[in-house]
Amino acid sequence: MAALDATELEVREGVDRETVETVANMGSYKYGWDTEIEMEYAPRGINEDIVRLISEKNGEPEWMTDWRLAAFRRWEGMTEPRWAMLNYPHIDYQDQFYYARPKSMAVKPKSLDEVDPKLLATYAKLGIPLKEQAILAGVEGADASPIQAPGDERRVAVDAVFDSVSVGTTFKDELAKAGVIFCSISEAIRNHPELVKKYLGSVVPPSDNFFATLNSAVFSDGSFVYIPPGVRCPMELSTYFRINAENTGQFERTLIIADKGSYVSYLEGCTAPKRDTAQLHAAVVEIVVLEDAEVKYSTVQNWFPGDEDGKGGIYNFVTKRADCREARAKVMWTQVETGSAITWKYPSCILRGEESQGEFYSIAIANNLQQADTGTKMVHLGKNTRSRIVSKGISAGRAQNTYRGLVSMHPRATNSRNYTQCDSLLIGDKCGAHTVPYIEVKNTSSRVEHEATTSKVDDDQLFYCRARGMDEEEAVALVVNGFCREVLQALPMEFAMEAQSLVAISLEGSVG
Amino acid sequence: MTDTAARTAPAEIQAQAQTQAQTQTRADAPQKSRGIQTPEVVGGTQPAPAPRLEALQAPQDGCTAAARRDAMQRLVAAGLPKPRDEYWRYTDPKLLNADTPAPLAIGDEEPQMFGSLDRLRLVFVDGVFDPAASDAPDADGVRIETLQAADAQPGHWIAQSYGALEAAGQKPVVRPFAALNTAVATNGLAIHVSARVARPVHIIHRRRDEAADVVLHHVIRLDAGAELTLIETGMAGARENTVIEADLAPGARLHHIAAIRAAGTRIGARHIFACVDEDAAFKSFTLSLNGTLMRHESVIDIAGDDSVAHVAGAVLGDGAQGPFHHDDTVFVTHGAERCESRQVFKKVLKNGAVGVFQGKILVKPGAQKTDGYQISQALLLDDDSQFLAKPELEIYADDVRCSHGSTTGAIDPVALYYLRSRGVPKDRAIVMLVLSFLAEALAEVEDDDLRAEIGDRLELWLNRHATADSHRAGSA
Repeated sequence: MAALDATELEVREGVDRETVETVANMGSYKYGWDTEIEMEYAPRGINEDIVRLISEKNGEPEWMTDWRLAAFRRWEGMTEPRWAMLNYPHIDYQDQFYYARPKSMAVKPKSLDEVDPKLLATYAKLGIPLKEQAILAGVEGADASPIQAPGDERRVAVDAVFDSVSVGTTFKDELAKAGVIFCSISEAIRNHPELVKKYLGSVVPPSDNFFATLNSAVFSDGSFVYIPPGVRCPMELSTYFRINAENTGQFERTLIIADKGSYVSYLEGCTAPKRDTAQLHAAVVEIVVLEDAEVKYSTVQNWFPGDEDGKGGIYNFVTKRADCREARAKVMWTQVETGSAITWKYPSCILRGEESQGEFYSIAIANNLQQADTGTKMVHLGKNTRSRIVSKGISAGRAQNTYRGLVSMHPRATNSRNYTQCDSLLIGDKCGAHTVPYIEVKNTSSRVEHEATTSKVDDDQLFYCRARGMDEEEAVALVVNGFCREVLQALPMEFAMEAQSLVAISLEGSVG
Repeated sequence: MTDTAARTAPAEIQAQAQTQAQTQTRADAPQKSRGIQTPEVVGGTQPAPAPRLEALQAPQDGCTAAARRDAMQRLVAAGLPKPRDEYWRYTDPKLLNADTPAPLAIGDEEPQMFGSLDRLRLVFVDGVFDPAASDAPDADGVRIETLQAADAQPGHWIAQSYGALEAAGQKPVVRPFAALNTAVATNGLAIHVSARVARPVHIIHRRRDEAADVVLHHVIRLDAGAELTLIETGMAGARENTVIEADLAPGARLHHIAAIRAAGTRIGARHIFACVDEDAAFKSFTLSLNGTLMRHESVIDIAGDDSVAHVAGAVLGDGAQGPFHHDDTVFVTHGAERCESRQVFKKVLKNGAVGVFQGKILVKPGAQKTDGYQISQALLLDDDSQFLAKPELEIYADDVRCSHGSTTGAIDPVALYYLRSRGVPKDRAIVMLVLSFLAEALAEVEDDDLRAEIGDRLELWLNRHATADSHRAGSA
């Protein structure tokens, strides 16, 4: 496939440009390079001193240090969950670095102009220029988007996290004018302790699960967003996570608070260099949605998935949860999971407020030896709550892909509604696709519907495409894009473009 | 009967298996990281054998002795289920784990089902075969013996079959009550079908002893091309533990229909293990009415190409007569090409009844052209009732068509309005809608007469309970 000449493809009639680009872009993992930069590490391993050290490096007040230590002590007594359909070697938690930052970040730069050019170059190479200009976050090739009319510029504020620290946040001043707080969480702990104290751990308590507890103890940085009442965030917010250092775990914590009647769309992207050893990533995302507020959270997860033989890659153990705390709150999770050797991730919605709404759209692609166990939880507690789950799982190569989800209607969640659709597509006969839904209905006025199908790429559709001159891989990419369409449509435009090409890249080499 | 046969407590086996279990626990235990100073408790999760296990006595002689010893080892290794076990997530095994069941008053005998049918009747009283009340157990193409009689014959075919499918069905999930059954069961039937049998075999359960704790184990072997319809009705004891093992040779057909009526505080665990070879067809339909705690597990191994397995259930639960909890757990393994499996489960729940469905389709690598279908639906007639479902797919082959659906909801008000606007009284309209809801499960009964009779029984139950509700509402 890689041997195919892009120009030759270009001339071919009847194949739309998107497919041509997709195919031309096909290659191995594109973000596998690393940045040579002098780093500063905390000693290897984890103990109370390391936790204190991280807290000290972030200049945290004592209450925060105590919070971390309490989480660490609890974590020591916990065992790693192994119920997911994931098979990975024993993780030695003492063999990791829990804190790594570029030396140049020892003194926090006051503005982006002072940031080490090497770091800026890293992000520029990733397609994320940290300059305050009209930019499209994390989107490669998005400028080629025909829909993007000149003059109709969309701006995105970016918080860039490099290993354990936030490098910089753009458009801060303009956001501040609207009253929006968008900064790294370490800054928020220093500058907005009242908000952090009130909300941190209120959605995902430090005792929640093994990985969330570990994160509570050692999280180094992450993003903090507060949208004041009635404010529609003037631009999309985005965090870009990059793991660079070797043997380093990334533990970031994101806290988003949408106050009454506010709106924000938040994008998250992530990449890591190619390395032979697996790396740990255990993040926590907490979202608090108050009355009439709405949060859209979109992720394109493109961590290094390991090579064809399953060597290296990121072990991604993530706890994401949104709490629709008050009436008519709305949250929408959209995720495209193409990377990571291991994915353990269940973005959830607690629908507490009456008439609150939760939506979950997911594409999970596993190729080669990747394993994904992902899904969602919709916990209906309030009356007239609504949720919708659309999950598309694609397995190729020797990968295993599991949808695991919970829909729970509590007795008081009367007149609530859930619709779940999870479809799996198998490409090749050595992969696996699994569905493990839990459905718990405890009142009669609610309706719960669950549908799941598993199939392979339809031969008729393939034949149709091939009869029109596409080769097999192009045809599969097209059919798969069609299969994912419902979810791709739920993504913000720029992300949808990236996601679409990612789908093709991830499946490269899986046919034939 | 064989109660007098020599028995010894399986203390040795227990000790041996306990060691084995500990080794296993050690291997399976989540590995702790080196640096964390939490003391490692090896085998700490393994509780001491429950009193129920200590008291078990397995028959020592007879041709099934070896199979029983193996089963005892499996049981001790697995231990009795605990409420935290994932496979028992929705059903508390406490009542099944108890040493003895609570006595259950003997009510009026239900009118006999399928009375008009020409069938071979085999009566069990409190789980013990009653030859006097039964028809002579011989017919063309089938040889029926009691488990004891078969056990006493050295070299009898059940020596190979007894416990074999149960043992195979313990992976990947343990089923301790089935192992317990294999270890200790002394009652049941050994049915060898060698040709097409025209008359259905009808097992009828009757009760005499209020505290009967019944353990039954039937082994059914169908030769190539053989065919049998097996019917089960009635209540077996205050507590029941039944295992059916059915081995279908190429081209064989087994149609199993059970109408499990329960009353009061009745509890039970039932397991059906079936192995379906090439071109064979296994079809099972179970109707369950009431009962405090019922767990029905079906473990189907589709081993031969072009075979078919259908498992269906209709459950009616009314919590007004005491707690109602019904759990259908199904595990279908596709290990061959071009096979079809269907799971159809419909539950109607009212007055705080709880319905559980755990269904799984496992498609092994190479089981291409599999057609797997699974539907679980619940109709909740009031706000107190619950439906808990875990419909799973695990698929390792690409050219398959597998789907599952699960819905939960109330009676459609539009449908109800339509019927009422046409003069159908509300109670009657609800009965009609419930019957239509159950129709898909009932359709799995192939024989028209049998299906009609089950339909009548359902309607009777629904009418009676609808009236009971009206009375309660009236007096309130």
